[in-house]
Amino acid sequence: MSKKATATSKKTTGAAAAESPADAPVNRNLSKVERIELFRTMVRIRRFEERSLRAYQGKKIGGFMHPYIGQEAVAVGCCSLMMENDHVITAYRDHGHAIAVGMGLNEQMAEMYGKATGCSKGKGGSMHFFAPDRNFWGGHGIVGGQIPLGIGLAYGLKYLGRKGAAMAFMGDGAVNQGAVHESYNLAALWQLPVIFVIENNGYSMGTSQSRSSAGELAKRAEGYNMAWDTCDGHDLYTVRAMMDKYLKLAREQSKPAVIEIRCYRYRGHSVADPDNTYRTKAEIEEYRRTKDPIQTFQQQLIAAKILTEAEAEEIDQAARAEAEAAAEFAEASPFPTTDDIQKDVYWETDNPAERKSQGRLFFN
Amino acid sequence: MPAITYREAIRHALAEELERDKNVVVLGEEVGQFNGSYKVTEGLLAKFGPDRIVDTPISEAGFIGMGVGASMLGVRPVMELMFWSFYSVAFDQILNNAANVRYMSGGLINCPIVIRGPANGGTNVGATHSHTPENVLANHPGVKVVVPATPYDAKGLLKSAIRDNDPVMFLENTILYGNKGEVPGEEYLIPLGSADVKREGTDLTIVTYGRSVLHSLAAADVLQKEHNLSVEVVDLRSIRPLDIDTVLKSVAKTHRVLIVEEQKPFASVGTQLTYMIQREAFDELDAPIHRVTTVDAPAIYSPPVEIEQLPNPGRVLKAALEILN
Repeated sequence: MSKKATATSKKTTGAAAAESPADAPVNRNLSKVERIELFRTMVRIRRFEERSLRAYQGKKIGGFMHPYIGQEAVAVGCCSLMMENDHVITAYRDHGHAIAVGMGLNEQMAEMYGKATGCSKGKGGSMHFFAPDRNFWGGHGIVGGQIPLGIGLAYGLKYLGRKGAAMAFMGDGAVNQGAVHESYNLAALWQLPVIFVIENNGYSMGTSQSRSSAGELAKRAEGYNMAWDTCDGHDLYTVRAMMDKYLKLAREQSKPAVIEIRCYRYRGHSVADPDNTYRTKAEIEEYRRTKDPIQTFQQQLIAAKILTEAEAEEIDQAARAEAEAAAEFAEASPFPTTDDIQKDVYWETDNPAERKSQGRLFFN
Repeated sequence: MPAITYREAIRHALAEELERDKNVVVLGEEVGQFNGSYKVTEGLLAKFGPDRIVDTPISEAGFIGMGVGASMLGVRPVMELMFWSFYSVAFDQILNNAANVRYMSGGLINCPIVIRGPANGGTNVGATHSHTPENVLANHPGVKVVVPATPYDAKGLLKSAIRDNDPVMFLENTILYGNKGEVPGEEYLIPLGSADVKREGTDLTIVTYGRSVLHSLAAADVLQKEHNLSVEVVDLRSIRPLDIDTVLKSVAKTHRVLIVEEQKPFASVGTQLTYMIQREAFDELDAPIHRVTTVDAPAIYSPPVEIEQLPNPGRVLKAALEILN
């Protein structure tokens, strides 16, 4: 383990222990069934990602794919707190959030296979999952580019008089993008109900935080007179306790905040990253062995006699089977046709009976 | 019909749509308290209040992106860019997010936003402030692009743009803001994608849009009076959707085409028009298609020279005579 990693884990573990996040009301009030479901969702993300990677290696999936493995407690912790008018937007490492908001594995796997049954009909791919019916607004490919949209969701909530909050997720690399800072300013200036969630996995692609970002990431909020906080992202209860506090402030008082959640990804930045240049295998193994979010939560549930080893194994097997079934579904699904290429471009051409404009919209 | 300015026509369109639909909001730099950098939004803050008329910081990527996000939730933002030239700092928000989100979501998400502001040269503000990006915008399937030349068109088209469920880029012109034209008192809409024959003629078709319509009409007057040549002027009004049928109909009548556009020539709107005309009306053409564009260089500052860099009646006249002689 690197010195940096040791320092980080000590600091966050210490902070978490002092707050006893498992005893925070938002966690204390969880039923056994709800706890098991949280665990199941994390396991489903992990097994889905692993199955996706195999499909990618088998050349069933094209382009880029950015695995979320290792960060599961962040998406599940945050999204499990969503209420009717809460919204989520994230970047391209989006499978975990998509599963956490309740999207099915079939439509996601089919999307990556480029099939017509995919969540975006095979038009978006891995980086561009959407489910507006679940208040999930993507799935965006450009680092930091989704953050202005995130404050737009918050502005929309406020303008439309709905009591809710937007969670705008980004990686630690995004904090250096101008659009993120413009969004911080607008959110603070207009007191928009948005939580900027920095999922800090330590690496901006292959560049470590110390080599890419000056100062503390979340602390930059101070320059905008905005609340900020940090927490350990390996412990589900910690994530929920932290986010619950700031989500309430956003929903009830329209207060924005920047929350940095420290986590770790086990895989490379994307499938295109051989992951042999910027960190050691030992560092990855140390995280896996000591801080894995699924193992951590599993041990907590077993210790609390909510779950047995056998039940955990059953959940794991079921998740593997579900991921396998999703791959079979994707495999069996049809590709979109070339006629589909020009559908879903304009609302008007998809709704010809209601078209008001004239003239040509496509130029082949 | 009362004559009002292009500026007032846009303001009236905004006011009527704000009145009609409470989900319409106007956001931009200096649109409220300052009454608009070009006074387009003058008086709207007093009438509609700060929730509907929102002054933004100078932060185009932030506030344009915010508008895009809000539109996904059902707000109908009309965003003012002080100059369309500033679109480059919000390029990712406009042309990655607004243009693509419907497609990438497989049609699940709509983005009913209007982005409007002036896009023109001719005001001696140098290269950074003189961009005319309608070709760049129209190169992105998913957005619509509108460029009105007259007060009547500006009002009717803007009202349609605000009611449109797709993102509409609305390109105005600082030099036209003070121009007056007749606009009916009663409500009317002009559909996007409908060209307008601004002058009928038989010897030459000038295809144009925006301020170049006025240069073309001025040149057509001279051609009629001094050369007894009859010129038809087709104002596209909308670049995407494009009313190519009206253009082709005119070509079938005159058999000669001059394109006049305030565009750099490489891959301009005229380039696309030229392709379409030769492809769809090859047998109708009695001469190669000509064009008058901006002279191919960054916008020059020097005031008298800038006039010659842009299309103007003299350059249009010269090009027309080259085709017709």
